[in-house]
Amino acid sequence: MRGLKLSRFAPSSRPVPPPPAAPGEVLAEAEGVGVHLGGRPVLDGVDVRVRAGELLALVGPNGAGKSTLLGALAADVPVAGGVVRVHGRPAPRWSAAELALRRAVLPQAASLSFPFAVEEVVRMGRAPWAGGDREGEDEAAVAEAMARTGVTGFAGRPFSALSGGERARVALARVLAQRAPLLLLDEPTAALDLRHQELVLRLCRERARAGDAVVVVLHDLALAAAYADRVAVLRAGRIAADGPPAEVFAEELLSEVYEQPVEVFPHPRTGALLVVPRRTP
Amino acid sequence: MTALDDRPGVSAAPAPPRTRRTTARLLTAALAAGLLVLVPVAAGTGAYPVPVGDVIGSLLHRTGLGGAELDRVAESVLWNVRFPRIVLALLVGASLGCAGALMQGVFGNPLAEPGVIGVSSGAAVGAVAAIAFGLNVLGTWTVSVLAFASGLVTVLVVYAMSRSGGRTEVVTLILTGIAVNAFAGALIGLFLFFADTAAVNQITFWQLGSLAQATWPKVLAVLPCAALGLGLAPLYARRLDLLALGERPARHLGVDVERLRIVLVLVIALLTAAAVSVAGVIGFVGLVVPHLLRMAAGPAHRFLIPGSALLGALVLLAADLAARTVAEPAELPLGVLTALLGSPFFFWLLRRTRRRQGGWA
Repeated sequence: MRGLKLSRFAPSSRPVPPPPAAPGEVLAEAEGVGVHLGGRPVLDGVDVRVRAGELLALVGPNGAGKSTLLGALAADVPVAGGVVRVHGRPAPRWSAAELALRRAVLPQAASLSFPFAVEEVVRMGRAPWAGGDREGEDEAAVAEAMARTGVTGFAGRPFSALSGGERARVALARVLAQRAPLLLLDEPTAALDLRHQELVLRLCRERARAGDAVVVVLHDLALAAAYADRVAVLRAGRIAADGPPAEVFAEELLSEVYEQPVEVFPHPRTGALLVVPRRTP
Repeated sequence: MTALDDRPGVSAAPAPPRTRRTTARLLTAALAAGLLVLVPVAAGTGAYPVPVGDVIGSLLHRTGLGGAELDRVAESVLWNVRFPRIVLALLVGASLGCAGALMQGVFGNPLAEPGVIGVSSGAAVGAVAAIAFGLNVLGTWTVSVLAFASGLVTVLVVYAMSRSGGRTEVVTLILTGIAVNAFAGALIGLFLFFADTAAVNQITFWQLGSLAQATWPKVLAVLPCAALGLGLAPLYARRLDLLALGERPARHLGVDVERLRIVLVLVIALLTAAAVSVAGVIGFVGLVVPHLLRMAAGPAHRFLIPGSALLGALVLLAADLAARTVAEPAELPLGVLTALLGSPFFFWLLRRTRRRQGGWA
């Protein structure tokens, strides 16, 4: 804490937090974005908008460019063509500190070089606010994030001693504690059991209802159908479809994109959309 | 996940952060108390013993707080021989401990240490060149400045060569260290070959690592480097914590990773050069000290960085006291002593890391 305060002598001035977003406001957008990795085009002419109050799921087969698109929206991946805007401004024109107040990112695999305790890891999410007006929220934000993700019980344990699923939830808690209006989550459910998958997506939906913009990379189409307000289907670096799950999840499209016959049908009791691969008995 | 992220319980007990914070406070107090006790004891111990009471009296007298002046011999032993040596031991120890903590943080790797990865030898190349060729362009600063320059080049080379995909893997780091140490050793050998006998003796002695040549001018020559490095390091504590998450997550939390890395590499070179230029290569202090503290009080750098400086100072003062007293009237080279104690620790650490990872990738 003191370190950051003393380093105010550095030329960069204190970043200004964003004003509250209006519902439906575009918090991040990709416009004609192309990305090359290792000389290979991974994204090509991708347009996508992320609005406040909306849970957007990015789905698609392996290697379709979901994580790369998320990385581009997070301003991690330099774009070869097109433009990525975060809160209306081209991503490269934000400083790291300004971006940290605007978007939080959950990486695919959570790692830690030193055995920090769980609570310390979650508290790291508050770093962007250090020295600012909202520093007073720190305790509440950390406690709330830990309670929501169900990690309060092992707050004192070293992160490195946790199981994969526990680590994933701690990483998510850190991201939630950051309280950024734009959440970019790369496969938050990958390491989780059934109950925690539901818990995490319920959390995402709550954040969206509370006015944040949430982007989630998902493999489980049923989860996407159940929770997302909007789904973008990627195929070979392009958007194949973008819209509400009920529109996008059509059998022909999904079967073609995944090169695997897929069945989509309403749940017999609730009418909710179910997506399952067509299996021959 | 093939790198160093799987190390369950490097800290011995799963202490919650609050207890850790209390531990950190207690440790700081204990280390400070240890220094307050050890300094007068070390000053009084040696071929010409001075009672601790007299040492404190003389200290108080010189600082104008009372006390009494001792006889001429005692005053001279204390102020011309022992105190410069003690101050130098404290500075060098603090620099090495702090540099070790910083380096482990920057590399995200608990095996990084200026000696192990070759930065100390790199700094030694510059210092040896200055001695061997009798360079004196910058007066008493020549050795320090050259040590800093060659130390800096070495850190940059090691850093560039041992990183891939934003991580530093243990094997790459250690192998880079071997290569760098070998190259630096060859350069030092080459300089020795060209140096005259007097310079060769000086270099050989200096290479073993020793504080026996301590004088006030030498203290003044390292003081700026060490003070600047030790003063800057704690400012980056919080950002180093975030760096433990990885480079991208640290950037997501607002850390300007590139700038942080450049500044810290400079600070590491500064601290290593300060230590090496006066004391030669003293290994393993930077490895062992931060490790012990991390086990006791957790990995948070806000305590680890100043704590490593304190414990480094204490350890080196104790080691130097041992080096000059255990084989009286002869004196053990300090670097030899720290290596004798530090190498087994390093070995244990290697084995443990290997076991945790299930073998080297």
